[in-house]
Amino acid sequence: MRKLVLSDEILLKIEKPARYTGGEVNGVMKKPEEVDIRFAMCFPDVYEIGMSHLGLQILYHMFNQRTDTWCERVFSPWTDLDEIMRQKKIPLFALESQNFVKDFDFLGITIQYEMCYTNILQILDLSQIPLYAKERGEEHPLVIGGGPCVLNPEPLAPFFDLFYIGEGEVSYPKLLDTYAEMKKRGESREEFLEAAAQIPGIYVPAFYDAEYNQDKTLASFGPNRPGVPERVSRQVLTDFTNAEYPKAPVVPFIKATQDRVTLEIQRGCIRGCRFCQAGMIYRPAREKNVELLKRQARDMLNSTGHEEISLSSLSSSDYSQLKELLEFLLEEYGGTGVNVSLPSLRIDAFSLQVMSRIQDVKKSSLTFAPEAGSQRLRDVINKGLTEEDILTGAKTAFQGGWNRVKLYFMLGLPAECEEDVRCIARLAQRIADEYYEIPKERRQGKVQVTISTSFFVPKPFTPFQWAPMASSQIYLDRVRTLREELREQTNHKSIKYNWHEADVAILEGFFARGDRRAADVLLRAYELGAMYDAWTEHFHPELWERAFADTGVDLDFYTLRTRQTQELLPWDFIDAGVKRTFLEKEWQRAKEGQITPNCRQSCSGCGAAGYKGGVCVESQS
Amino acid sequence: MKVRVRFSKFGPVRFLGHLDTMRYFQKAVRRAGIPIAFSDGFRPHMIMSFAAPLGVGITSEAEYFDMELSEKDTVSVTSGEMIRQFNAVMAEGFRVTSVRKLPEGKKYNAMSLTAAADYQIGFSGAGYPENWAEQMEYFSSQPSILAEKKTKKGMKTTDIKPGIYSIQAEPDKYSLRLAASSSNYVKPKMVMEAFAAYLGIDFAFYDYTVHKMEVYANEGNEEAPRFVPLEELGENIG
Repeated sequence: MRKLVLSDEILLKIEKPARYTGGEVNGVMKKPEEVDIRFAMCFPDVYEIGMSHLGLQILYHMFNQRTDTWCERVFSPWTDLDEIMRQKKIPLFALESQNFVKDFDFLGITIQYEMCYTNILQILDLSQIPLYAKERGEEHPLVIGGGPCVLNPEPLAPFFDLFYIGEGEVSYPKLLDTYAEMKKRGESREEFLEAAAQIPGIYVPAFYDAEYNQDKTLASFGPNRPGVPERVSRQVLTDFTNAEYPKAPVVPFIKATQDRVTLEIQRGCIRGCRFCQAGMIYRPAREKNVELLKRQARDMLNSTGHEEISLSSLSSSDYSQLKELLEFLLEEYGGTGVNVSLPSLRIDAFSLQVMSRIQDVKKSSLTFAPEAGSQRLRDVINKGLTEEDILTGAKTAFQGGWNRVKLYFMLGLPAECEEDVRCIARLAQRIADEYYEIPKERRQGKVQVTISTSFFVPKPFTPFQWAPMASSQIYLDRVRTLREELREQTNHKSIKYNWHEADVAILEGFFARGDRRAADVLLRAYELGAMYDAWTEHFHPELWERAFADTGVDLDFYTLRTRQTQELLPWDFIDAGVKRTFLEKEWQRAKEGQITPNCRQSCSGCGAAGYKGGVCVESQS
Repeated sequence: MKVRVRFSKFGPVRFLGHLDTMRYFQKAVRRAGIPIAFSDGFRPHMIMSFAAPLGVGITSEAEYFDMELSEKDTVSVTSGEMIRQFNAVMAEGFRVTSVRKLPEGKKYNAMSLTAAADYQIGFSGAGYPENWAEQMEYFSSQPSILAEKKTKKGMKTTDIKPGIYSIQAEPDKYSLRLAASSSNYVKPKMVMEAFAAYLGIDFAFYDYTVHKMEVYANEGNEEAPRFVPLEELGENIG
């Protein structure tokens, strides 16, 4: 039986002790003396969130396939345990072996959203690893970051020894092989980093320097020693169908946020919405073979015992074999109480027919994401969804027995004006009207339309990477306008409106397009006590205000400014596959309100064809 | 056909609460490929019911749940096979030790049958005096033993002595047989706390190890109880 780091006294005192005890089904145990590499894989948020993440399960499985490597999991201790660990100076440990992270070879951190940045510092701090990479020595683990946020790693640059840019399946084998060999030869940390910098997709921030202009913009960025590549290229898995996948994902004892099997049916998206980073940085869109997916579904359901399977992709409706896959799942598992969940589906006759089979119509609601209220603005953001699509979808749904609709919008989009915002209310009104077109005797009670708005955050490697964010004042004005317009609608009693606060989004915008100077603000906010910023109840805007004041970093410079296309951007050294010239062209077309066809309609020459995979190859044949 | 499953829970999984233990076994039944029956309705669920919940931090070799198999009268799997199927998919700390067929009928529900339970209490960190065993005899022969019990209306002081069926000092530990029905129960912690108070020492639950040994149904009556382990009400298949 494994010995736990935390005493019974502590485990009986804290919330959900099973967050820290490991030992779950399909967790991997190895003998430390039989491996060369100890890898701690961390998701810097609480266990239930981290364990819901597919990427972590993929890499965990992939690393543990190697006989020379033992990969274990680490998550952020919740605030109750965090306090105890600091007080009693208990170092952070990995769940499986319960060994201290500071004694591992690698600490890998997956970085999925900007608001977890303070938790990265928490992980390093509790692990008793120096926060700054330059202060680490031979005895410390190599700290490596990955995930979508590292497409602009600069705000985190001083805290990491390396970053892995792109899909982990590609270059990790080479990186680990290199490490294992060099460790055996007794080579130094520095020597390893130099070798690692030669591996495609690996970025060693200490080997690059940034210089700034008087106006605070970036003047130059490049290697500070010979032999280090000028640019780092995002790694893309071309043969997606035969990618590593976890046949037996770890099954948490406590209920994770996603307590189900996640089946990744495709990666990337053909749509090209201009605000969407995922739609750009996972190009080209790649489908998985349907026969393989059937096998994977069966393997994962059998090995986990989960009672639900979720099909994961950025836009499920675009998966060409969706019908066949769903038929299979419903037939094979329908009788055994296994639920199928299908997010990101476009609402049309087919999807409604599918949904009426997989969910209880009376209890579920339908979701549309028009993102913008007017057709004009939807064209600006290249959201290929017309008002007619939405109204027809809603009508079909209402006839099928649904009576609840959710609508997602963004406020603060580039070129947005008051009229666009008012259109949101009118669209909601027209949807409710559709419901009351149905003869009374065939309606299921009242209709409920719920509008949610979030605050648009420009992201690197999107056509809006040059766009300014709206100020929080403008954003709140927009919210007020929308509420006002909603009150004007005859159906306003059927329409509910939820909105998010602006301050978290502004901070997200700061880190998304920040440079190395943003790291000072991050560290200062952490020192002041910021942590778990993604959790509304733990987000303290006043700490961040103080951090900006203390460091003298100008928040507005990063968020409110329109960047010129000739400006050198902090993430320009990364080759993400999508070319800068394409993004510039798209930014221009956005300003002109011109839509761009999706990848299946015609190729727009974004640059991802260079990877020679997925939809880029498909459309040639 | 209804079967009763007995399992043990030890090591790190003692920190799992009752709901998570139930969730764990729902998934384990699927992994093991046990032919369990499902309820009707839009969301079919497994027909299974657990006996009394085990407190967090307590280990046990006598946890029980009943489940309905999809096969009615004929059996294609034996008890031994089901035990093997379960144990092939268990996590560290869980072990299925018996699967037995129950006679048909409602009164055999594991939860409602539970009348008493045995516990072993280890106290290495608790600071007991050397003559603790002697003291325990005096403690148990008091006319009444008062303890705080949680009721719907809040904490209430009650006499738990009638619910302590036996208390037995052993080298370095003691054993308890306690009432464990839903209407009449004593939790081991109440006895441990009352005894610590009797000794005049501070009480902290984490200084002890609590291990559940067995759960009983009462096949006699209230005046003359006859305690029978829950699993003995069923019979082996095959």
